[in-house]
Amino acid sequence: MKTLILTASALAFSAGFAMADTIRMGTEGAYPPYNFIDDKGEVAGFEREVGDELCKRAELTCEWVTNEWDSIIPNLLSGNYDTIIAGMSITDERMETIDFTQNYFPPAASAYMALSAEADLMGVVAAQTGTIQADYVAKSGATLLEFATLDDTVAAVKNGEADAVFADKDALAPFVTDGGEFVWSGDDVPLGGGIGVGLRKSDTELKDKLNAAITSMKEDGSINALITKYFGEEAKTF
Amino acid sequence: MFASCADPSQLEGLAWLMCYLTTGKHMLFYGSFFVVLLLMVITAPVALLFGFGGALAARSRVAPLRWFGKGYTAMVRGVPDIVFFLFVPIALDQGLEYLRHLWACPPSDAPVWSNNEFNVCAAAKLPLSSSPQIWHEAYGFTLAVIAFAIVFGAFAANVLYGAMQAVPRAQLETAEAYGMTHRQVTRRILIPQMWTYALPGLSNLWMILIKATPLLFLLGVEDIVYWARELGSTKSAIYDYPHPDWRVWYFLGLLAFYLGMTKLSESVLSRITARLSRGQATMAGEAQRKQAGGAGA
Repeated sequence: MKTLILTASALAFSAGFAMADTIRMGTEGAYPPYNFIDDKGEVAGFEREVGDELCKRAELTCEWVTNEWDSIIPNLLSGNYDTIIAGMSITDERMETIDFTQNYFPPAASAYMALSAEADLMGVVAAQTGTIQADYVAKSGATLLEFATLDDTVAAVKNGEADAVFADKDALAPFVTDGGEFVWSGDDVPLGGGIGVGLRKSDTELKDKLNAAITSMKEDGSINALITKYFGEEAKTF
Repeated sequence: MFASCADPSQLEGLAWLMCYLTTGKHMLFYGSFFVVLLLMVITAPVALLFGFGGALAARSRVAPLRWFGKGYTAMVRGVPDIVFFLFVPIALDQGLEYLRHLWACPPSDAPVWSNNEFNVCAAAKLPLSSSPQIWHEAYGFTLAVIAFAIVFGAFAANVLYGAMQAVPRAQLETAEAYGMTHRQVTRRILIPQMWTYALPGLSNLWMILIKATPLLFLLGVEDIVYWARELGSTKSAIYDYPHPDWRVWYFLGLLAFYLGMTKLSESVLSRITARLSRGQATMAGEAQRKQAGGAGA
């Protein structure tokens, strides 16, 4: 075991200082179409394409890493990866611990999904732990039921544990269009300041590079093209 | 994997299932079974070694060593496992990176721990950000093995300590009467005889270890439970192989795996028990002796 560590570190060490500019991109891998693990076992989705393009423009080598949503901020802070690119909305609360680039996805609507359109939205509402939607439900006066993943929240509505689920409308959309079992309920709610790349506060250099790359992608319309590709024609663009 | 799987939307029935079960993602799932088995195979002897050391230290006549042995078992047994599994890998990781920071980084005024952040220079990262993913996984796995070994080692230490105390005093006294030193008594009489008393406790620990492996995901190692949940969850049309929530089938598969492991372990452990009871002054040993004698007469 000890030798394993030693060999590992020796090899890692000799592997070189040359490519110090490798950026490890942390994502959840369970939030289609933003980010998910495709059938080849690789990270895919809207954020994979945006991230790869950002790295290309900022001339960085990028490596994708998946991490549970629950511990995605602590692991960024302890340096296990350098960015969070996981559908994370820019909020004041998160800004207290981490920093964000400018948004690469405009402020999007969140929506309630239930088994019937007349569901009791002030009853029990499921949401994913640590999301802005969970905050919103808690403040709305409904009973909040938290789950670790989006899939668990949807399952809770299906088996009657919760009256409705509240999440990003784009993430819930496939359940409504594919299944036929679920319907939208109530009005859409605009939340958050858009989605940005999360960074350590001390990483100002990386922040500037990524901001410049996002600006250039906004200017030449390539971000809009990707949004339309993954979220449909009616999705909000820049 | 197969050429016929190139366009999954055209497939149906068995052909679809065959292609589905051989996707790259499923291969990772099958691979994770070996990760779990590897963890058990490595952790068990390491934990036993930790336990053995802990038990011998706790019995030691040197006071500081005895305090260390007792302190180790008492502390680990008293703190919830999950706290240890979260604490040990993070503490080890940051500790190692900090040591490398002192040695490999250019001197700087920036504090390593500040404002919730842990910052070392790129050269001190372990493994380096630029090293291939496999090293990151091996490193995570190693930290996991150490965390498991520390926790299970403490329980094993207590079991072995108890087993050593259970060896009849008369046996040790006889050895002393023959003029053996303390060390010789320990090595020749105490340790060979204690295993039969330790085995029930150790077999419990092994069973718990088998079932504790899902904690691996907590440590960032993608284990069978992670993949079962990931593969089973609802797949919308954005995936090549869309399907509804199939988690129950994947978890039934895991159930079969865990039950199979339990069955296998039980039969192996009962053989070891029989082997260790041979010639011992215990009820099981006595029964074996009578049976053998009866057959002879």
